[in-house]
Amino acid sequence: MTSALAMSQPAISEKVPGLKAQLRRAERLRKLKAIALVAPLAIFLVIAFVIPISNMLWRSVDNSEVMQVMPETARLLTEWDGKDLPSEAVFSVFAQELRDSRTGGGLGRIGRRLNYEDPTFRTLLTQTLRTLPATTEKTWSETLQSIHPRWSETDTWLALQRAAPATTDRYLLAALDLQRGSDGSIERIDENQRVYQQVFVRTLVIAGGVTLICLLMGFPLAYLLATLPTSQSNLLMIFVLLPFWTSLLVRTAAWIVLLQSGGLVNTTLMTLGLIESPLQLVFNRIGVFFAMVHILLPFMILPLYSVMKGISPVYQRAATSLGAHPFAAFWQIYVPQTLSGVAAGTILVFIMAIGYYITPALVGGPSDQMVSYFVAYYTNTTNNWGMAAALGTFLLIATLLLYLVYHKLVNQKQLIRN
Amino acid sequence: MNMKNTLLNTRKTALVTGLAIATASLALSAQAMTVISFGGSSGDAMQKAYYAPFVEKTGKTLTPGDYNGEFARIRAMVETGNVSWDVVEVESPELVRGCFEGLFQPIDWAKLGIEDQLIPEAVTECGVGSFVWSTVLAYDADRLEGTPLSWADFWDLETFPGKRGLRRGAKYTLEFALMADGVSSSDVYDVLATEEGVARAFAKLDEIKEHIQWWEAGAQPPQWLVAGDVVMSSSYNGRIAAAQEEGRNLAITWNESLYDLDYWTIIEGSTQVEDAYEFIRFASQADTQAVYSSNIPYGPVNPAAIGALSEAQAKRMPTHADNLIGAIAVNTDFWVDFGEELEQRFNSWATR
Repeated sequence: MTSALAMSQPAISEKVPGLKAQLRRAERLRKLKAIALVAPLAIFLVIAFVIPISNMLWRSVDNSEVMQVMPETARLLTEWDGKDLPSEAVFSVFAQELRDSRTGGGLGRIGRRLNYEDPTFRTLLTQTLRTLPATTEKTWSETLQSIHPRWSETDTWLALQRAAPATTDRYLLAALDLQRGSDGSIERIDENQRVYQQVFVRTLVIAGGVTLICLLMGFPLAYLLATLPTSQSNLLMIFVLLPFWTSLLVRTAAWIVLLQSGGLVNTTLMTLGLIESPLQLVFNRIGVFFAMVHILLPFMILPLYSVMKGISPVYQRAATSLGAHPFAAFWQIYVPQTLSGVAAGTILVFIMAIGYYITPALVGGPSDQMVSYFVAYYTNTTNNWGMAAALGTFLLIATLLLYLVYHKLVNQKQLIRN
Repeated sequence: MNMKNTLLNTRKTALVTGLAIATASLALSAQAMTVISFGGSSGDAMQKAYYAPFVEKTGKTLTPGDYNGEFARIRAMVETGNVSWDVVEVESPELVRGCFEGLFQPIDWAKLGIEDQLIPEAVTECGVGSFVWSTVLAYDADRLEGTPLSWADFWDLETFPGKRGLRRGAKYTLEFALMADGVSSSDVYDVLATEEGVARAFAKLDEIKEHIQWWEAGAQPPQWLVAGDVVMSSSYNGRIAAAQEEGRNLAITWNESLYDLDYWTIIEGSTQVEDAYEFIRFASQADTQAVYSSNIPYGPVNPAAIGALSEAQAKRMPTHADNLIGAIAVNTDFWVDFGEELEQRFNSWATR
């Protein structure tokens, strides 16, 4: 639109150098200024947000390893029917491309990828490469099969075939405890390997629980902060903000010190004679809730406080003077006015909680780990970025869906109240 | 090693600062060999034991540096052909992966000529062992009545009531469970490679599942033992040694411990291969290794170095002859290949 304006501009100003053209020019300048002001943020968002996230989404289906390192083998294998052993042409191209893969790091990439199909594949490739001749007098199929009997099994080649297409759904399926069966249909994985469905539910339960507790604890405190005289509320505010300024790791470690078996809480309770043996308060779900609520509470209090500060007390007073029970006045007049703060606080806390990693890792047990823990495991420990991306993708989708539902709910409520 | 190191001693001494300055000035001279380690207290010990004496003895220049084990950095260096590192310390899983990917030069053991001086695990295709650390059964001798002698005792809830600490994850845990179930340490990985073996390990873990407190960071086991949270725990030996030096009466059962190594590697494309070999040879000598191990409780790969240590220090070394009885090396190849599958199964088991 800007370019169209720029083209028509001179023609108009020549013929009618009037107010209209001047207005239009001013308008255009204003627009350019606005764009210039927004541009840094927009560019930043594209570079730091849109591109990495698209990249992550792409990685969850990316299967290009074999295709890039062994293009001919991949092409021939996709045409193979998978019944008998592949033809001599496949064997010969594969032997050639396997030898070439040693330069430029290609071998590492396909080794890692093929190990997901079968954990013994990397060893097979190493052993094969160790004795693979540059030329052979026999056929390549005989040569490879004499190096390792695994090359005479169709399963070995089927694994290669599965890794050959440019994209795969294996990571996305695996992130939901699913896999492709031998006939290509989707099935659940073996029961003693299933973990991620439960992890997703657990992540939502923990994040939801933390949000609810934060709301229940944060609302009265924010109310108190907003209604107290300034001198007192300022002091209280410092107590709210003080932990906010402390490092997350320090606060997490502090909870461990407080809650562990020989910690302050347990020794106090035992000295008072309330309990006989120490309670298990940390390295389980209780510890996770304690630490996460403590860390996230300010994110609930601050938006609530800022909204409550702007609510005039006269409406509530008017309601009581008209005969409403004080609680009814509070619930029907005051609370609806805080809804935007509640909405902002809960969504902020929930979204932050859903990605928590280091706190549950330190104060939780093995059954309290959330999705991010597994994303970190696959990213840092095993370099399986496909799996990490697939888990991240589902977490993103779940969050967006929840946000949409939530947005609808809050908007409806506000409409009804209004 | 980096987590164990940095948590053991995150303090960067003036020495390292001095090193950094030296690094900056040395980087200007063209033909300096660059040696990269994990830094921290281990890096300090290396400076005393290897770097400074090497420069003094050979008159060659050596640029020390440290990193956090970022494998991607080495890969990028080799793939772009812009290799600025020569000798790099790596942990065993990275050694296995990097060797497979061709990121490290194969070691010419005939040229190095020290094969017969080192423990067998230190001799690999692409790496030369630099030191040995161990995952052991540890307990607080002041609190525990009796002496646990094996993982079977660790599983014995009647003789030793109370909570136990184990690392949250499949690695080490499954090996210990099998040993507790009566598998001899030399057969552990053969058994674990079978489906029945894995099932057996998890079944054994079921027996004490309710009594396990899982640790995540290496600093936790000694802390828990001292605080009385757990009566026994698996732990990295270096952590226990550090607590012992602070006067804690923590004890180690070396029987059935799992030891692992860090390795020196030469990066593919390095131009300082001759110097690299000379440095690695120098760093594998009994006398230099003894200096290193007297500064940090990681075991020398050259067993002759044990003799040069004080009695108390020698007994803390994973490679002390007494401590090697019944101990086995972690099978890194096994964990690189089956790690993901078993960790997933561990997490599935843990929630049931």
